[in-house]
Amino acid sequence: MTERNAAPSSPSAPAGARAPAIELIRVNRRFVTPDGKSMTALRDFTMTVDDGEFVAVVGPTGCGKSTTLNLITGLDRPSGGEVRLYGNPVDGIDPRIGFVFQTDALFPWRNVIDNVVAGPLFREKDRSEAYALARRWLARVKLSGHETKYPHQLSGGMRKRVALAQTFINEPRILLMDEPFSALDVQTRVLMHEALLALWSESGASVVFVTHDLEEAITLADKVYVLTAGPATVKSVYRIELPRPRVAAEIRYQQDFIDISHTIWNDLRDEVMKGAARSEAAA
Amino acid sequence: MSGQQTSDMLAPPVPEFRPGTSDAEIEAAAARAERKRRLTVRFWQVLLLVVLLGGWEVLARAKIIDVFFFSSPSAIAERLVQWITQGADGTPLWFHVWVTIEEALLGFFSGFILGILAGVALGRNRMASDVLTIYIKVFNSVPRVVLAPIFILLFGLGLTSKVALSFVMVFFIVFSNAFQGVREADRALIANARILGASKWQLTRSVIVPSAMSWIFASLHVSFGFAIVGAIVGEFVGARHGIGVLIQIAGGAFDTAGMYAAIVIIMVVALVAEYAVTILENRLAKWRPVPLPDTQ
Ligand SMILES: Nc1ncnc2c1ncn2[C@@H]1O[C@H](COP(=O)(O)OP(=O)(O)OP(=O)(O)O)[C@@H](O)[C@H]1O
Ligand SMILES: [Mg+2]
Repeated sequence: MTERNAAPSSPSAPAGARAPAIELIRVNRRFVTPDGKSMTALRDFTMTVDDGEFVAVVGPTGCGKSTTLNLITGLDRPSGGEVRLYGNPVDGIDPRIGFVFQTDALFPWRNVIDNVVAGPLFREKDRSEAYALARRWLARVKLSGHETKYPHQLSGGMRKRVALAQTFINEPRILLMDEPFSALDVQTRVLMHEALLALWSESGASVVFVTHDLEEAITLADKVYVLTAGPATVKSVYRIELPRPRVAAEIRYQQDFIDISHTIWNDLRDEVMKGAARSEAAA
Repeated sequence: MSGQQTSDMLAPPVPEFRPGTSDAEIEAAAARAERKRRLTVRFWQVLLLVVLLGGWEVLARAKIIDVFFFSSPSAIAERLVQWITQGADGTPLWFHVWVTIEEALLGFFSGFILGILAGVALGRNRMASDVLTIYIKVFNSVPRVVLAPIFILLFGLGLTSKVALSFVMVFFIVFSNAFQGVREADRALIANARILGASKWQLTRSVIVPSAMSWIFASLHVSFGFAIVGAIVGEFVGARHGIGVLIQIAGGAFDTAGMYAAIVIIMVVALVAEYAVTILENRLAKWRPVPLPDTQ
């Protein structure tokens, strides 16, 4: 990997034959704060995720990363600009989307298998088929034998694997992940990276992965978006040309990995400082 | 632990404990201590009961307290036996008890179910709840007891008026808990269910209601107590049968033993109900973390 490959490129992707999986075109999002003031979270935000591409988004805390994902899911609507999935504007919640949350979003009153089977049952699949499918997915995330446990009886890493199975069982074409592993310890996180990369390479889904952890972003992604401190715009985009399949446990010690993370960190640091200064001023 | 090179590798592979501290011994000791603790608790509970009842009886016999006002445990027991064997007020005792239980149960279930339905419906509909909140507050501020004479007028001396009183007692408690529970439902869970593909109705049924359930359950114990209160207060004001009637008659005849005997019956009914509710709760909420043994 040379410096050139990790250099900023133009935010807008070249026009391909097929429509990209996700396009945010000059999106704005404003919120009205509780004291009635208008506040801009996203400004002139443009991002493209090609079909099957793994994109990571890094940026200072509170800049607008979660907001971006909410716009893609259709849970939230832009104040200006357009969000498209496979060339069509987003209208409501798209069934092709899967979402892994930062906080625990498993249903605490359902046991492991009933959590995993939730998606297919909501989508009115046949019951016995859905359960058979859920068992297969639990085997793939190495949780066979834990079917009847409740979330509070699992470790944090196991809960995340249930969450992955719960999301992947719907076979999402578009996978959105909002700091999914930030609550895990470093070793467990590496194991989760391995699991995620394996699931992703089989599914061929397009991924947007939000994280605070630059090394996590570089380990996983084809493309890293660096955002500015709020209101968020794209500061720069880096293409990560590390060969796949990648070994999450080893890759961070490679020289080219270290070079890339230096380059991107130099870019990100200014924004993190700006964000920190701003939140201190606000406090 | 595989230092094959070291010369002093004579230690056995099984870790060694001080004598009397093997796993089995520790477990046995813990079980013994736990049994002993439970026995001690039981002992003091029984002793306290004996001292209280015995003291009451002794004070009454020694005429230190006036049996006209305070009766005595033996007189109360006698009255209970008399009621059980010969009936009270010309009717078998079990019938009075059953009438009160029936009123309380009907009031409880109707209030509970409608309370949940109304709470969830209003919790899910922002506009309706904003409009109706003020009226609910006004109704809620009325002490339920004052409704008793009105309900007797409206529904007569029979079952209906007591059920109605029980109902209003239970309804508002369950309603406000269900409403609050819906409002507090975790936003991440809601978002997760929607993205997984839940329709509006599926969302209500499989996320909103279960997450409101812990709030609703919190009100379960209190609200069954209130259902009994509703039934008995209704019976005070006007009825032909029921525990409330027994208290009323005993009071009219200055029969304090009868009044206390009726209270004992109410206590037994309430305790059985409490027990049943706890079983129901444990069955429905098996997903919750088990409380630490010490806090049980
Ligand atoms: N519903 C809302 N109403 C008002 N303001 C909001 C709302 N949602 C987000 N914001 C504001 O928008 C900004 C961006 O929020 P967002 O949650 O997207 O940040 P983030 O980048 O995900 O932060 P973090 O890394 O800490 O998760 C924040 O300043 C936040 O206060
Ligand atoms: Mg966020």
